[in-house]
Amino acid sequence: MVQQADIDASSNKYLRGKYAIVGVGETGYVRGSGRTTKALGTEAVRNAMQDAGLKAGDVDGMLSYSFNDSTFSPTVAGELGIRPNFYMDVYGGGSSIEALIGIAIGVIEAGMCKTVAIYRAMNGYSQVRIGGTGGKGAVAPLSGESIFTRGYGLMSAGQMFCQSFMRHMYDYGTTPEQVAAVKAIHSEHASNNPKAYYNKRVSVEDVINSRMIVKPLHLLDCCVETDNGVAIIVTSIDRAKDCKHPPAVIQSVVGRCCKPRADMHYQSGPISTVAGHYGKQILWPNAGLGPEDVDVTGSYDAFTFTTMLQLEDYGFCEKGEGGDYVSNGTMRLGGARPNNTSGGHLCEGYTHGINMVIENVRQLRHDVDDFCPVGADGKRQHTYDYSEGGCRQVKNVEVTANLGWATPGQGSAMIMAKN
Amino acid sequence: MTFPNEYLGMPVKVGELDHENREFYSYCAKHDLHLQKCNDCDLLRYPATTACPFCSSPDATWTSVEGKGTLYSYGEVHHAIQGAFRKHTPYMLLLVELDTQKGQPGEFDGIRMTSNLVTAEGELAPPELVKQVGIGTRLKIIYKDVDENVSIPLFAIDEDAEQPEKPWRYAIE
Repeated sequence: MVQQADIDASSNKYLRGKYAIVGVGETGYVRGSGRTTKALGTEAVRNAMQDAGLKAGDVDGMLSYSFNDSTFSPTVAGELGIRPNFYMDVYGGGSSIEALIGIAIGVIEAGMCKTVAIYRAMNGYSQVRIGGTGGKGAVAPLSGESIFTRGYGLMSAGQMFCQSFMRHMYDYGTTPEQVAAVKAIHSEHASNNPKAYYNKRVSVEDVINSRMIVKPLHLLDCCVETDNGVAIIVTSIDRAKDCKHPPAVIQSVVGRCCKPRADMHYQSGPISTVAGHYGKQILWPNAGLGPEDVDVTGSYDAFTFTTMLQLEDYGFCEKGEGGDYVSNGTMRLGGARPNNTSGGHLCEGYTHGINMVIENVRQLRHDVDDFCPVGADGKRQHTYDYSEGGCRQVKNVEVTANLGWATPGQGSAMIMAKN
Repeated sequence: MTFPNEYLGMPVKVGELDHENREFYSYCAKHDLHLQKCNDCDLLRYPATTACPFCSSPDATWTSVEGKGTLYSYGEVHHAIQGAFRKHTPYMLLLVELDTQKGQPGEFDGIRMTSNLVTAEGELAPPELVKQVGIGTRLKIIYKDVDENVSIPLFAIDEDAEQPEKPWRYAIE
């Protein structure tokens, strides 16, 4: 019998360096947008087109993802005068963006279209709160499958992931203070980000002293809920040459890679091991790089723990040493490999992953939108002074990694490099 | 015998087409835990499925399993999002590893049931009981009847079992 864990998941490598992200666009990260998801999505895609220097006629593909809490591609495309040769709207949240970038590459490669805009538009605070209220589902009758989830008060992301987080502490001696450092560090980064919803610095003690939501998660171990539209544009490296900014070149993509027992991942292996353990077998060989080559990471921080578990299982440190890695200064601005330099989901805003991709594109362009003065050439004159209200550009960024999380059992990833 | 026809105020409707879960909960209603055992690879599985997660076989036999195990991991909900649970915080989310088939098919695999910690009478555990339970605690299955075809499987401290001196709990109480 072939064990699920032994299946060779490596794929063809010849698309390495052939595609790029050429445009990024955002609305503000707010609570109470006062607008429809259609308005948010349209603004984000338009901003990404302007960023890339592309017109409606230059974009002929569109992808989006949502939990049916958004506005679908044909509407957003139509309002912007885009005529898609290809579009698809998929179900899902975290881990979707890297997967959709891979799909965009695939459909362009198949000749179905040439340039794809990908967006996520959500009123994640003022309309559908992913982690907050439970929505209509919380009061629906218990079905055969929801008896063993909702019937046990096991429904929100925090409630479904806490077992994996707790077991990591048990298996490896990871401490609450080590994990809280993730929030403290991301809050430092956010204090240098004019767009961040939470832009005040917090300490490890602030995290530990915040009220308990579901052990081991304090309030400040959990990400913010916000309203926002975010978008990126993917095209071939040849077309990227005509765009306004240097391209962020895609080296490798992992899309919604799963642990065994994707139906209920608790059944398989140590639950303190997450999908990245399998995803790394695709990510690094296809990129021709390893963790040691990466300058900046964007490890999905729905919770402080998710950042740690992914960095560990993608091999940025030894298994079990994630607690040390996230608290020893490595991932702080000025450290050896900063993580989520925008403040991520814990501080900047909640987009199901796109804002961390946008941040890494800007890091590779050497054009992060921090508080540094803008020079005569229209670009920021980065000071590398990472104190509060200062710079968040990392020096000499050549390679970035995005590690996207859906659940402990399912994740995506992407490596980008400077042109 | 009369039934409440609900659980914690939540109505329960196991779909007519959901044959596997109907069967699973009907054994629970008899207070006799049964899991599907694959007719081809002989492995038990949880939850109820339409094929074998280990060998894809569609053929299985419902097999009696002792409802005893060890707490493998847990969460403790202090901020409930479902109305049914708000008056019961803190409540404990259990991941119980059954003694049956522990360490199979892989060394670190096991049959791990999600559940809540309850008293011997099947009521959600009060805070002082929650504090006694951690990774390593020995647990046994308890049922809460919903109707003649469905009971909810829950877990209580196994008073007859040898318990660890100090089960592992999160560092901050």
